[in-house]
Amino acid sequence: MTAIATDTRAAAPATGARPSLGARITQKLGGTLVRVLLVLVGLFWLVPTIGLLISSLRSPDDMSASGWWTVFTKPSELTFGSYRKLLENGDITHSLLNTVLITVPATVLVVVIGSLAGYAFAWMEFPGRDWWFLGVVSLLVVPVQVALIPIAELFGKVGLFGTIFGVVLFHTGFGLPFAVFLLRNFFAEIPRELLEAARLDGAGELRLFARVVMPLGGPAIASLGIFQFLWVWNDMLVALVFTKSGTQPITVALQTQVRQFGNNIDVLAPGAFISMVIPLAVFFAFQRQFVSGVMAGAVK
Amino acid sequence: MASAAAAGAPPGPAAPRARKSVTGTRKAVAVLFLLPALVLLGALVVYPIGYSVVRSFGTNSGHGFAGFDNYKTVFTDDGILTALRNNVIWVVFAPAVATALGLVFAVLTERVRWGTAFKLVVFMPMAISMLAAGIIFRLVYDQDPDKGVANAAWVSVHDTFARASAFPMAHPGRESPLVPQGGGFVTKAVVHAGQPVTLPLVGVAPDRMPGDAKKAAAAPAAPGEVTGTTWQDFTRGKGVGRLGAPDPGELGYPGMRIEAVKGGEVVASTKAAADGTFTLPAAADGARLRLPASNFREPYNGVEWLGPSLVTPAIIGAYVWMWAGFAMVLIAAGLAGVPRELLEAARVDGASEWQVFRRVTVPLLAPVLAVVAVTLMINVLKVFDLVYIIAPGSSQDDANVLALELYRRGFAEGQPGVASAIAVFLLLLVIPVMLFNIRRLRREVRR
Repeated sequence: MTAIATDTRAAAPATGARPSLGARITQKLGGTLVRVLLVLVGLFWLVPTIGLLISSLRSPDDMSASGWWTVFTKPSELTFGSYRKLLENGDITHSLLNTVLITVPATVLVVVIGSLAGYAFAWMEFPGRDWWFLGVVSLLVVPVQVALIPIAELFGKVGLFGTIFGVVLFHTGFGLPFAVFLLRNFFAEIPRELLEAARLDGAGELRLFARVVMPLGGPAIASLGIFQFLWVWNDMLVALVFTKSGTQPITVALQTQVRQFGNNIDVLAPGAFISMVIPLAVFFAFQRQFVSGVMAGAVK
Repeated sequence: MASAAAAGAPPGPAAPRARKSVTGTRKAVAVLFLLPALVLLGALVVYPIGYSVVRSFGTNSGHGFAGFDNYKTVFTDDGILTALRNNVIWVVFAPAVATALGLVFAVLTERVRWGTAFKLVVFMPMAISMLAAGIIFRLVYDQDPDKGVANAAWVSVHDTFARASAFPMAHPGRESPLVPQGGGFVTKAVVHAGQPVTLPLVGVAPDRMPGDAKKAAAAPAAPGEVTGTTWQDFTRGKGVGRLGAPDPGELGYPGMRIEAVKGGEVVASTKAAADGTFTLPAAADGARLRLPASNFREPYNGVEWLGPSLVTPAIIGAYVWMWAGFAMVLIAAGLAGVPRELLEAARVDGASEWQVFRRVTVPLLAPVLAVVAVTLMINVLKVFDLVYIIAPGSSQDDANVLALELYRRGFAEGQPGVASAIAVFLLLLVIPVMLFNIRRLRREVRR
C-alpha cells in the first residue's frame, strides 16, 4: 500500500497537497466500514420491533410452532385475526378509550396552566419571582414514586382514587415543573418591544397572553404538548396505582396479561402494537418538536 | 433555543436585562396566573415529599412512631438489599453504555448522508412505552430458540462451533444387542472381525433425522476388520419390520460415533457413513462397541436470559435499546456546536481519526456527555416498568430495583412505612442534581 502511494505521488507531484492514494483508500474503506456498521446497528435496533409486529400478525398456533422470522419463507401465514379478536374485546377497547380520556386532558391542562405560570414568571413582576421559579424548577427531578403513597391516601380521602380525573391531576402536577421551566425560558426571549407595542394598543394582561405570547410560544408549546402527550400515553406506573378496573388505560390492561406470558402472545403482541401506534404516529409526524422537547427535558 | 440552554450548550441570546413587567401588572393578576400551577404543585408534588418524610418515620399500620426502623429495614432486609445492589449495577452500567453508544452513533452518523434515517431508527424506541418495550423484549429473550430471537441467534452461533448432537432421544428398541451405559449404549457381547455387527436404535423423530441420512445398508463382512451398521430400526407406518436387520426404508445414522472398548479403554473409534455402515480396524477384534453419550446429548437450548443471573443485564439491554437514541441526539446536537476548524487543524497536523476523536472531540463534548450521563442516572433510578414487565415472576426478586420494591411494599404488601423510607431514600439520591439545576439556573435567571 505504501509503495503504491509513494509511486503515485512521485508520478503526479501536482496532487501532492491532496491526501496520498493510500490514505484515500483507507478513508474510502473506513467510510464503507462505517456504512456497513451503521446498517447492521440499524437493523439490530429494528429487529425487536419487527419481531413484535410480525408476532402480532401470526396466529397463536403458528407462534407456538415456530419463530416469527420463519414468516419470511411463508408470508401467507400473516393474518389480522389476533387484532380482530382483540378489538372485539370490550375491556381492551374501553381501556384504549380511557387512555385517550386521560392523555388529552392531562396534556391540555399542563399546557394551559404551564403557559400561564411561565408567562407570569417571564414577564410579570412580583416579590421573590425568581426564587419561586427556582423552587418550581427544583421539582423537576422529583421521582414520581415519592408521591405514590401520599397521593393514594389523599385521593382516597377526597374520593378521587380510581377516577380518571385523579390520574389526570397527578400527571398534570408532575408535568408542570417541566412545562413551567420550558415555557418561561421560551417566553422570556420574546422581544420586549412586541409586548410593549401590544400594551400600548391597549391590550390587557389576558389579551396580551392569548394574542401575543401564546402564538409566539408556538414551537415551545408544541414541544411541551408532544412530550407530555407521549409521557402520559406511555405511563403505566401512575395508572397502575390510581385506576381501578373500569378506568384503567391500555398499559394497565395489558400488564395484567404479562403475568401469564407465553400462552397469550396473541393478546400481548397486537395489544402492545396498538398501544404503540399513536405514539409512533405522533413521533414521526412531529420529530422535530419531540426532539427539542426531549432535549429540553434533559434535566427531568 | 430554550432547549439548547437546557441541554447544557452555550445559552442563546441573553434574556432582556432586568425583565420588568411590561404591563405594570397588579400583584393580584400575577397571583391569578400563578395560582393553578402553584396549587397543583403544592398538593401533588411538594406535599407528598413532606408526607413521605413523615410517613417514613411511622409504623406500617400508620399508628405510632417507628423511629428509624423503616430505614433500618431498607438497609438490612435481604430483598431490599438485592434491589439496592441492582440499582448500583443499573446506575453504573446503563448510563455508561447508553452514553458511549450514543457518542459512537453521533460521531459515525455525521459522516454518512443517510445519518438522519439511522438516527430516526435508533431514536424511535423513545416514543413507545416501557410496557411495549418490555413486551418486545420479553419476546426477544424467550428461552425457546424457536420463539426468542436472542436465543435463536445465540444457538445458531453456538452450533456453528460446537455441533449439536444429532440423535437426542435415540435408544435401543426391544431385543436389542445394546444396553445403556453412562448416557450412551454399549454392546452386550464382544464383537469379532469378519462378523458384521448391528447396532439398531429407535426413537429419533423423523424430522430430527440428519438431512444426509441414507437408506441403511447391511455392512459386508471384511476379514481382519470389524464392520457393522448403526441405523434407525423403525420406519414410520411400517414399524420395526425385521428386528435387528436394516429393512428398506430404514435410515442410517450418519456421523454416529462408535468406539471399540477393551478393558475400559478405547482402542479404536470411527464414525458411521451416511448409510450407517462403519469399519473399525483389527484392534477392535474382541472389544465391545460403544455409542458414547456425546451422540445423544440434548440439543443446546441457548442462554437463560431471564434466569436469576442474567436477568438484570438483559433488562439493562432493553433500557439501552430505548435510551441510546436519547444520548445520541443530545450528543449530536453538542457535536454540531464543535468548531470544524479544530477538527480540521488536528487532521492537518497528522492526527488519525481515532486521535481526533479521543483528543479533540471527546474533551470538547465532555459537558454534554456529563449532562447526558447524569440525566440517565436519574432516569435509571426511576426504572420500574421494564423490570416489572420483563422479569418473569420466578426471577423478579433477582431483578428487583428500588422503584419496584417501593411499589411492592406500598401497594402489594401493605407496608407504606417501609415504602416511604425507600421513597425518601430515592429523593435523597436526586437532591445533588436538584441543587446543581438550581445553581445553574440561578445564573441564567439573574442575567
